[in-house]
Amino acid sequence: MAAFEPWSKEQCAAIIAAHAAREGAALPILHALQAEFGYVPKDAIPMIAAALNITRAEMHGIVTFYHDFRDHPTGRHVLRLCRAEACQSLGADALGAQTCTHLGVDWHGTTQDGAVTLEPVFCLGLCAIGPAGMLDGRPLGRLDAARVVAELETAT
Amino acid sequence: MKVYIPRDAAALALGADAVAAALVKPGIETVRTGSRGLFWLEPMIEVETPAGRIAYGPVTEADVPGLLAAGLLDGGAHKLRLGRPEDIPFLARQTRLTFARCGVIDPLSIQDYRAHGGMKGLARARELGPAATIEEVTQSGLRGRGGAGFPTGIKWKTTADAPGARKYIVCNADEGDSGTYADRMLMEGDPFALIEGMAIAGFATGAAKGYVYTRSEYPHAIATFDAALVIARREGLLGDGFDIEQRVGAGAYVCGEETSLLESLEGRRGQVRAKPPLPAHHGLFGMPTVVNNVISLASVPCIMADGAVQYKALGFGRSRGSMPIQLAGNVKYAGLFEAGFGLTLGEIVNDIGGGTLSGRPVRAVQVGGPLGAYFPPALFDTKFDYEAFTARDGLIGHGGVVVFDDTVDMARQARFAMEFCEVESCGKCTPCRIGSVRGQEVIDKIMAGTNVDTNLALLTDLCHTMKFGSLCALGGFIPYPVMSALTHFPEDFRHPVAPRAAA
Repeated sequence: MAAFEPWSKEQCAAIIAAHAAREGAALPILHALQAEFGYVPKDAIPMIAAALNITRAEMHGIVTFYHDFRDHPTGRHVLRLCRAEACQSLGADALGAQTCTHLGVDWHGTTQDGAVTLEPVFCLGLCAIGPAGMLDGRPLGRLDAARVVAELETAT
Repeated sequence: MKVYIPRDAAALALGADAVAAALVKPGIETVRTGSRGLFWLEPMIEVETPAGRIAYGPVTEADVPGLLAAGLLDGGAHKLRLGRPEDIPFLARQTRLTFARCGVIDPLSIQDYRAHGGMKGLARARELGPAATIEEVTQSGLRGRGGAGFPTGIKWKTTADAPGARKYIVCNADEGDSGTYADRMLMEGDPFALIEGMAIAGFATGAAKGYVYTRSEYPHAIATFDAALVIARREGLLGDGFDIEQRVGAGAYVCGEETSLLESLEGRRGQVRAKPPLPAHHGLFGMPTVVNNVISLASVPCIMADGAVQYKALGFGRSRGSMPIQLAGNVKYAGLFEAGFGLTLGEIVNDIGGGTLSGRPVRAVQVGGPLGAYFPPALFDTKFDYEAFTARDGLIGHGGVVVFDDTVDMARQARFAMEFCEVESCGKCTPCRIGSVRGQEVIDKIMAGTNVDTNLALLTDLCHTMKFGSLCALGGFIPYPVMSALTHFPEDFRHPVAPRAAA
């Protein structure tokens, strides 16, 4: 798993400044902030808006449009399970339900101990080896419930 | 002795890194390649012998000592030995043009790229000049491989002829359709082909800057392509009047729609634009812009190198050249099959794919991603070609073929299509934004057995409204999976089936 920095206004300003002059800078800035802090802190929104000369409302609209950007940190590990058709044809629906039960969370939820966040994803391009998933950025194929539990145990 | 081990994300998901680590031994030079696309055999490793490469697979870390003892490095006999990869029937039946190098070369070796025919297309384009290059691409019959099937050469010519202070080449690498992975494989396995294709497009249209918009779900493709860009600049493939920058999406399926993609590149919400104006006239930052799919652009170098005539000779009807068909889901031989257009769906699913992985009968095949129609075996005579699929109320899209066995509940699949549309709708037009929610409600009622006839009529009417009233293909094509499920599998809507039991 990646280690993230605690929120720092100075660091945020430096990241924004590093990208602000690029064409269409909003997404590169948001990705860079999320890579740094693990999420896009609320306090960053007015700072980005000011740098890009757009309103705070517009910036809020941009951040919330994209599924990837989070307004709160995840658990220490992120498990993404594919819910799209190719994986459905190999039992992804059942696997998702079993994983939710195993972790005691719903989709997008984080376990009470803060160890694992479960995210749905619509296709990882691993459609030939479904059901597919990704644990902390590591691709996983031909998953079943037992394998998911084993991978989570190894990671945590 | 050279041993080739794939670094494709799917091979990694099946343990390729552990296999590679186990092969780090004196006397062995390991080379990481893309994937050949035979995923039931991954991780498939290949060893260089005097008789050519010999493949073994699927190899696990635990197999490595036994393989070495059996004389792996000399191509020795072993139960995992597959022989020469090009003799494996799945590969032998293909015509690999765009994917000729994928799985063969080190994706980040420009020497390998040149040695396997790379850079010839750009050199020939420079000899011919911009106008003749566009003519060559037009003559090849190449049509957009992202799904819409618009002739690539005409798009280029429109952009070249449009007045503009600057022009852009935008590569759509937001491959969001379930069942498709060709863009990912190419960017991980042969990124210079895409770079060369974009450089040719830039040269032909007078664009100085290219953007590749890659989905964030593809971290390995992003990393490989960024590394390839650095090398391409150093080696002079880029930088001389044309440069490329990769941008990463943020999990919005609709950004695979070209105008939504442009909005996102400009740093806004990925909401679609009404067309016209076409991006070729008024695209990125209001400038003339070519928006092409990864495979369209990566097909250009071989068209330019070998000539339009040779490319055009492949194919069927108005669908010329080759298409990477991606077999996915519940299919025995899942993988990438590049061939000329014109195979029937039945040949693809049964002969090439070997039927289902589960061994149960095939019941439905979804072609073209979440916006594509579900075909029953009764329509397996449909030829894989843009027009033939359109004639049967379907689409080939980006070439994904997802197989389902007889446990599938088609009413649930129809409901999922509406649910997906709700989650991914950009919200700009009402038929898509509201229709997708209403669609789920109506299907829920049908599944519960409430006023089934009335609600089926309502669902059909709603699909009609979405198809003709939506601004883009998301809301406009979601009726394909829904209506095809309803048309070809009416029994699943008449006798509500309980949700499948957890396996």
